[in-house]
Amino acid sequence: MLRFLAFRLARAALTIAMVVTFAFIVLRMSGDPAQIIMGADAPPEAVDAFRTAWGLDRPLWEQYFHYFGAILSGDLGRSMRDGRDAIVLVAERIPATLALTIPALLIKVGIGVPAGIYAALHRNSLADRIVMVIAVAGFTVPSFVLGLILVLVFAVQLGWLPSGGQESWRHAILPIITLGVGGAAVLARFTRSAMLEVLGQPFIRTASAKGVPWRMVVTNHALPNAAIPTVTIIGFMVGSLIAGAVVVESVFSWPGVGRLLVVAVSNRDLAVVQCILLLVACTMVVANLVVDLLYGLLDPRLRSAPRQATA
Amino acid sequence: MTTAPLVAISGLTVAFDGQPALRGIDLAVAPGEAVGLVGESGCGKSVTWLAALGLLPPRARIGGSARIDGTELIGASAATLDRVRGGRVAMIFQDPASSLNPVHRIGRQIAEALMLHRGMAGRAAREEARRLLDQVGIPDATRRLDAYPHELSGGQNQRVMIAIALAGRPELLVADEPTTALDVTIQAQILDLLQQLRRDTGMALVLISHDLGVVADTCERVCVMYAGRIVEEAPTDRLFAHAAHPYTRGLIGALPPIDGPRRPLLAIPGGVPEPWAMPPGCAFAPRCAQRVPACDACLPADAAVADGHRAACLRAVTASIPAEHAVA
Repeated sequence: MLRFLAFRLARAALTIAMVVTFAFIVLRMSGDPAQIIMGADAPPEAVDAFRTAWGLDRPLWEQYFHYFGAILSGDLGRSMRDGRDAIVLVAERIPATLALTIPALLIKVGIGVPAGIYAALHRNSLADRIVMVIAVAGFTVPSFVLGLILVLVFAVQLGWLPSGGQESWRHAILPIITLGVGGAAVLARFTRSAMLEVLGQPFIRTASAKGVPWRMVVTNHALPNAAIPTVTIIGFMVGSLIAGAVVVESVFSWPGVGRLLVVAVSNRDLAVVQCILLLVACTMVVANLVVDLLYGLLDPRLRSAPRQATA
Repeated sequence: MTTAPLVAISGLTVAFDGQPALRGIDLAVAPGEAVGLVGESGCGKSVTWLAALGLLPPRARIGGSARIDGTELIGASAATLDRVRGGRVAMIFQDPASSLNPVHRIGRQIAEALMLHRGMAGRAAREEARRLLDQVGIPDATRRLDAYPHELSGGQNQRVMIAIALAGRPELLVADEPTTALDVTIQAQILDLLQQLRRDTGMALVLISHDLGVVADTCERVCVMYAGRIVEEAPTDRLFAHAAHPYTRGLIGALPPIDGPRRPLLAIPGGVPEPWAMPPGCAFAPRCAQRVPACDACLPADAAVADGHRAACLRAVTASIPAEHAVA
């Protein structure tokens, strides 16, 4: 168990280091922040001064090692736009994003999983077909399209809900639904196929053959086995709590991390973008780690190496 | 048969998506009796018992009757079936490793049956589960209660399956190819165990196998199935000495002889007809060496060949000759 954990932690650290490196390289090569932040009309001396001030004139490898060293000592840099600490800037936005993504996650799990189970148990019934049509529609329609449709219907036509902004809880409803529907659709499909797979297994027939009532076959025998693949998807969703709302936040002008990311990228505000990417990588890695540990809990086959005995 | 049957199956038919899988099965099992059900894969051996116990998927269309002590099982309520399954008729399957729930401990899976059929829980159930593991010959039973199926071998898992089956004190154990997935040495052990349990508990046994040799040692009576019908039924000794149906004689001819001179094993030419291409007459006729024109005309009726020996073959009565000469 300790070896497993140590291995996983080392792999997680490597993943994060790779994300940091990749983000650094791509951002440095995709445009000159000095020129973009100072504006195209800025005098060359001012742009040069900006470069010197932020260390952009130094060789790339030197910048990289400096940056990496700073991260290790906990310094994530400052925003090139307003000089504040990037981590503070990002942290300010996290509550707003979580206010959307956590309720959306509850919708995804609360609707997607039961719908998938129901569809699997009533395979090929009308209800199954309806659930699957909605599920396919739910994850093929991009969130910005769904968001705009919801705005059109509930904000413009019916006037029930605001179309954007963050003034009250009512402003959160449409973005939460937009986020939740797609995820619920994905989960419904995954849960359904996981359940169908498990329901076809011989041990389900064994349970019925020993007289276990069907309801108990489903709850005691099918669900614990179907949970294993479903937890993977839910783990992925938990991992994207921070950065999973980029598009939706933009559509609904919701001042969360996602919108900050869009603005920071277009400004080449390096420290802020890198800070967000680091945060996303960390949440994703932590979520994956938790999923791995849950696997061990759910599936005894992953807990121990098989100890084969003879008959 | 003189005693009243424990289970009586009559006119049982099953169709999947309109394609017949069983075409009228009549089969009775007396209390304590051991019956073998033999035939090639896909002939309906397993389907017969899955249908009787309501274990087929909903798309299966089931007709006819299967009664236990007069209680009809076909179309019975879920509650009735749940009491019969595991309580009166238990069933074990071919692949023991995948027939046990991978995420539950062995002890829990046995205790579940004890709870359902004998109302046992807690320490009493655990102690009884340990005793059952002991009874089916699993060493160090106390420790094994906490093992998961993947920690046991195939043979041990099949013993666990048998322990689960015994938990409800069934009157009949249906063993569906219980040794097919196991090593040959383990096969013999499991068959011995089944024999011994039958002696100890007095339960009846239906042994489903594609291997006539497996059935010969274990069962008093054998039913040979072909393409969804029972084509011959006889006491085991009589079947081997005086097989009446050409298919049975083909199966016997395909068995390697233990003594006597070496001879090439005889294969039955061709394959079982597909459900959608069933011949109008005898389903075995296209592969039969004794075929006459009448065989293709209509389905041969079940006819008594001798006391307790019936066969569904037009040529059965006239062609009843010892098996070793039968296959041309």
